[in-house]
Amino acid sequence: MVITTPISEEVIRSLHVGQVVEVSGAVYTGRDSVHRYIFDGGKCPVDMRGSAIYHCGPVVVKENGQWIVKAAGPTTSIREEPYQADVIEKLGLRGVIGKGGMGPKTLAACREFGCVYMHAIGGAAQVLAEVVDRVEDVYFLEKFGSPEAIWHFSVTRFPVVITMDSHGNSLHAGVEDASRARLEELIAGR
Amino acid sequence: MNAKSLQASLLELVRRTSCDLPPDVEQAIQRAWRKEEKETTAKYALDVIRKNIVLARENSRPICQDTGSILFYVDAPQGFDVNAFRQAGDAAVKHATELGYLRQNSVDSLTGKNSGTNLGPGSPTYHFAQWKRASIQVRLMLKGGGCENCGVQYALPYAALAAGRDMAGVEKCILDATYKAQGKGCAPGILGVCIGGDRATGYAHSKEQLLRTLDDKNSDPALAKLEQRVMKAANSLGIGPMGFGGKTTLLGCKIGALNRLPASYFVSVSYMCWAYRRRGALLSSAGKVSRWLYD
Repeated sequence: MVITTPISEEVIRSLHVGQVVEVSGAVYTGRDSVHRYIFDGGKCPVDMRGSAIYHCGPVVVKENGQWIVKAAGPTTSIREEPYQADVIEKLGLRGVIGKGGMGPKTLAACREFGCVYMHAIGGAAQVLAEVVDRVEDVYFLEKFGSPEAIWHFSVTRFPVVITMDSHGNSLHAGVEDASRARLEELIAGR
Repeated sequence: MNAKSLQASLLELVRRTSCDLPPDVEQAIQRAWRKEEKETTAKYALDVIRKNIVLARENSRPICQDTGSILFYVDAPQGFDVNAFRQAGDAAVKHATELGYLRQNSVDSLTGKNSGTNLGPGSPTYHFAQWKRASIQVRLMLKGGGCENCGVQYALPYAALAAGRDMAGVEKCILDATYKAQGKGCAPGILGVCIGGDRATGYAHSKEQLLRTLDDKNSDPALAKLEQRVMKAANSLGIGPMGFGGKTTLLGCKIGALNRLPASYFVSVSYMCWAYRRRGALLSSAGKVSRWLYD
C-alpha cells in the first residue's frame, strides 16, 4: 500500500499495527535538536502539516552544487519521547518515521491527533537513501549541524512497518511484555 | 613509515569498514533470514537488511548513516611512531568524511557544535599495543550511537535479578541487557561482554571482544559454554529483528574476563548492531597494505 503526503486523517485511521506501507511525497528529517526546539516554543521554518517527520541524521554531501543523499536510515526514536506528542500536535504531523518505537505519551498523541508511528528498518541507510529522489531544501544547517538539520526530502515508496497505530495499539509494547515474561522464566530457572 | 601511503591505506580501511560488511557477519544474517518464518515482519526486516548490505557494497556508500565512534586498534613493533600514525589516521578520517564514507559525527559536548570533520577530543579513538612482529596490524570498528546507548554495566550482586557473583549471575545480567535493548540497538545484535575489571577497563574489554569473528570459539571452555547458553536463551526471548518479534534476537555473544578487585564484580555489556562494521589490515613498515583481515 502506498500513501502519499499530505496524508488525510481518514487514511491514517485505516492503518493498523503490523502493516507494511510505502510513503511517497514530502518527508522532513528532525531529531534531537529540532524536537527540543519545537517543544521549547521555537517556530518551525517549514509547514509539515499532513506529512511525516523522519528521525534521521543523513549523510548529505554537496557535489557540483547539488545535495546528494549518501545514506539516510532512521535513528533511535525513544529519545524524542518527552517531546514527540507536543511536536505531533504543533506541527500537525500524520506520521513519525523512526526506529525502535516510542512510549505511551506518543501512542496517546497518535490516537488523539490521528498519527501513526512508521518503523523504518534501522541501519538500512542505502535502501532508504535510494528512495529519496531529491533534497528540496534544508533548514537549520548552520544552527544544528548537518545530522540535526531539517532536510526536506522528496521520497518515492519509502518502506516502513506500522508499529504504533492511531487506535492505541503498539507492537513494541506487545513484544516487550512477551519478552519480559520469557526473561522472568529464564531468570527463575538459573 | 611513509605518511602518504599510510594515509591512503587508512582511508581505504575506513571506506571498507563503512561500506562493506565483513563476510562472517553477512553469513550470520543469511542464516537468520533462513530461520525466520515467511511473510513475517521479521523476515521483511532481514530482507531489507540483506538488500542494504549489497547496495552499500556496490555503491561504496555507508551501510548505516550513523558511521559511529571511530575506534582504531593498532598493534605495532617496538620503535613505532605513534604520533605519526595518529596524524595519518586523523587525515584519513577527515578525508573520508569529505567523501561521505563517514557522517559529520563529532559534536562538542558543551557547545553542541559539530566539528564537521570527525576530529576532536576523543575522535577518532586509538588503542595502541606493542607486538613482536615487524608489520603493523590495524583493526577498525565503527560503532553507531543507537547500539552504544544500549550498553549496560552491572555490579554484582545485583538484587533486582537475584544475580550473584557466579556464572549464573553473569548470565542473568547478559539476558537482562538483551531484554532492555529490545530492538533499539538495531537487532539482531552482537554482544561483547567483560566479566571483571574496573568500570573503565570492563567496558573497554567488552568492546575488544567485538574484534573476534562470529564463528570463532572462545579458548576458555567455561566462557565458550556461557556464550552458547546465552545465545540459546537470548534467542528464545522473541524480540527478533528490529524488535518486531521473531527468532533472531542475537547474532553472537563474545565474552572475556579480566581480574577484579575482591570488592568489585562488574559485568560490562557492549551491544553492537547488525551493521557490525569491523575491518582490518596488516601494513608493511612503509604503511602499505600487505593483507586485508576479516576477508
